[in-house]
Amino acid sequence: MHWLELAKLTARLMVGVPSYEAYVSHRAVAHPGEPVMDRGKFYAERLEKRFGGVSRCC
Amino acid sequence: MMANRSVLVWGPWVLVALLGASALGVVALHRGETINALWIVVAAVCVYLTAYRFYGLFIARRVLGLDPARRTPAVRHNDGLDYVPTHKYVLFGHHFAAIAGAGPLVGPVLATQMGYLPGTLWLLVGVVFAGAVQDFVVLFISTRRDGRSLGDLIRTEMGTIPGVIAMIGILMIMIILLAVLALVVVKALADSPWGTFTVFATMPIALLMGIYGRYIRPGRIGEVSLIGFIGLILAIVFGEHVAASPVWAPAFTFSGEALALMLIAYGFIASVIPVWLLLAPRDYLSTFLKIGTIVGLAIGILIVQPELRMPAVTRFIDGTGPVFAGTLFPFLFVTIACGAVSGFHSLVSSGTTPKMIENEVHTPFIGYGAMLMESFVAIMALVAASVLDPAIYFALNSPAALIGSTTNEAALAVSGWGFTVTPVMLDQLASELGESTILSRTGGAPTLAVGMANILSNVIGGPGMMAFWYHFAILFEALFILTTVDAGTRVARFMIQDLIGTAVPRLKDTRNWTGNLLATAVAVGGWGWFLYQGVTDPLGGINTLWPLFGISNQMLAAIALTMCTVVLFRMKRARYAWVTLLPLTWLLICTLTAGWQKMFHPDSRIGFLAHAGKYSDALARGELLPPAKGVGQMRQVIFNDYVNASLCALFMIVVAAIVFYGVKAVSEAIRSDAPTSREVGDALA
Repeated sequence: MHWLELAKLTARLMVGVPSYEAYVSHRAVAHPGEPVMDRGKFYAERLEKRFGGVSRCC
Repeated sequence: MMANRSVLVWGPWVLVALLGASALGVVALHRGETINALWIVVAAVCVYLTAYRFYGLFIARRVLGLDPARRTPAVRHNDGLDYVPTHKYVLFGHHFAAIAGAGPLVGPVLATQMGYLPGTLWLLVGVVFAGAVQDFVVLFISTRRDGRSLGDLIRTEMGTIPGVIAMIGILMIMIILLAVLALVVVKALADSPWGTFTVFATMPIALLMGIYGRYIRPGRIGEVSLIGFIGLILAIVFGEHVAASPVWAPAFTFSGEALALMLIAYGFIASVIPVWLLLAPRDYLSTFLKIGTIVGLAIGILIVQPELRMPAVTRFIDGTGPVFAGTLFPFLFVTIACGAVSGFHSLVSSGTTPKMIENEVHTPFIGYGAMLMESFVAIMALVAASVLDPAIYFALNSPAALIGSTTNEAALAVSGWGFTVTPVMLDQLASELGESTILSRTGGAPTLAVGMANILSNVIGGPGMMAFWYHFAILFEALFILTTVDAGTRVARFMIQDLIGTAVPRLKDTRNWTGNLLATAVAVGGWGWFLYQGVTDPLGGINTLWPLFGISNQMLAAIALTMCTVVLFRMKRARYAWVTLLPLTWLLICTLTAGWQKMFHPDSRIGFLAHAGKYSDALARGELLPPAKGVGQMRQVIFNDYVNASLCALFMIVVAAIVFYGVKAVSEAIRSDAPTSREVGDALA
């Protein structure tokens, strides 16, 4: 992977949001034909999850 | 041929070890003249590299026996959301951002009252043998068990009762943590219109970002963060004019008590409104600002190569220091928790990270490595505090009860300790920073901000930019502390709802508004109570609360390491159990001694009960002791002392109970012929 792409993924995961593209391709492979969240829903779902438990330290 | 190859393999490591040893020698043995900060940086980096290569990988290969063929939870449960096999550098960034908060920036600054050497040595030894070991081993154990949380791990490996005890302990630690962090913000913003304005401005900025990120361009984190960042810089620039305005400055000038009450109200509101509106955008700003500032500070130190003006060791190792009371042992070791060993990391290492590990062999890099990085952040904070003139350091960090409230009194008091300073110097620094005073700005954040402003203004902007960099640093610290306060209050709320829920199941549902508001009120009330007590404390509160926080945080580390030790015995790896037993023993000695002294020490500056006794005696004689202005307040001080002492006792009981169950579990594991650890999944599953 190109380093710039890695940096972007790192920055996003630092605030708890994993790769949307990876999610979509995972759904396509593992659950073909089943519904896939759009980008907005995906992002909202991740936020709820991030602040639903311990996500950081002091 | 073989000889050549081994030179190539080992040669660089011999060089790193030699360089590290010489740098460490210079740091430790240098006396008299000032020493360059670069020596500490070089010593630290060499220690980290050597420790990772030899001790970290020893634990990985020999102690834990990592298996690259074994499928991780991320692979077995891949859902594209929580469980995602993640590139190890990306995950390192995630994990580091999650563990590194305000702790490693504050503790080392406070510990600098004893000189730069004790703190530096503890940070290096502590991280290598305790902190990084804990983070790594917990990450490994959780990764082998579907990414279960610390509480779950204790329950499954040690039993239900220790699991529940640990949960209660974790909740109490959260409450103290939130109180002490909130206190750091209050101390930094009290009577500072510039700082207060910029921090207040982050709220409308965050709301704007929240709406943009939710409705206008969902999920565009980069864009929304950029907008927020520009807003922040404008707020800092504009803040100068606010502070200079005779109309606006008073509107943003608040006492500590007023700020504490506002923060309590804010904490309540922020943790019940939707996360996308306020919390998430602040999370972006604080996370990226944190990483950016840490990198900036590192580059700044490398370019400026400042001299450390703080002595290697000060007279305050005898326990009479103004910043925190108590002798070097045990109090230095609880003052610096984060950066050396922080129990809270065990919650992160058994949280989101283990669910994203792509391969088990990445765990030393992420678990051990990220903690080394946090230790480095702590070293930089220590450097930033040590480049200041020691007299300035003590003027900033000593409570008004000890140095008075005018620059004349303060200069006299600090000079009396052997750190010569004139009132003019203190006034001049305050005006350079755009503040009315620098006296008694306790809590670590302002000191770090002055140190950072010193270093960064040498790189960009010169002396004219000191005030900007100072307020930038204050904003950066306040921002991520407030984010932690919001997020932490939420977590405490869920824990409380969970506990209440066992009695009244209806309240357990996190969408139930009665349960939600009730649990939030309990959480905010808990930390708010300690915060208010700290703000009104004549010795500045940090004096009381920080050691309590350090003790509780390291006790959590002791709990986590007990679990790790039990698991090593259950894995039938008893011959390597010293790896976790060693730090566990040290932590128990330190925290139990410190806890005991906080309760029973005859010196009323250290012991809560002695302090209560002093006030009770005065009350019996019909006298009032400051800050109490009446009999009611005298009683309040005494009550606070008893609460603090009880809390200390409770922490000690929790740890003792966990250790008791740990010993029981270990002896059962020894009696069993086969491994009894409850791992999930295997290479072929």
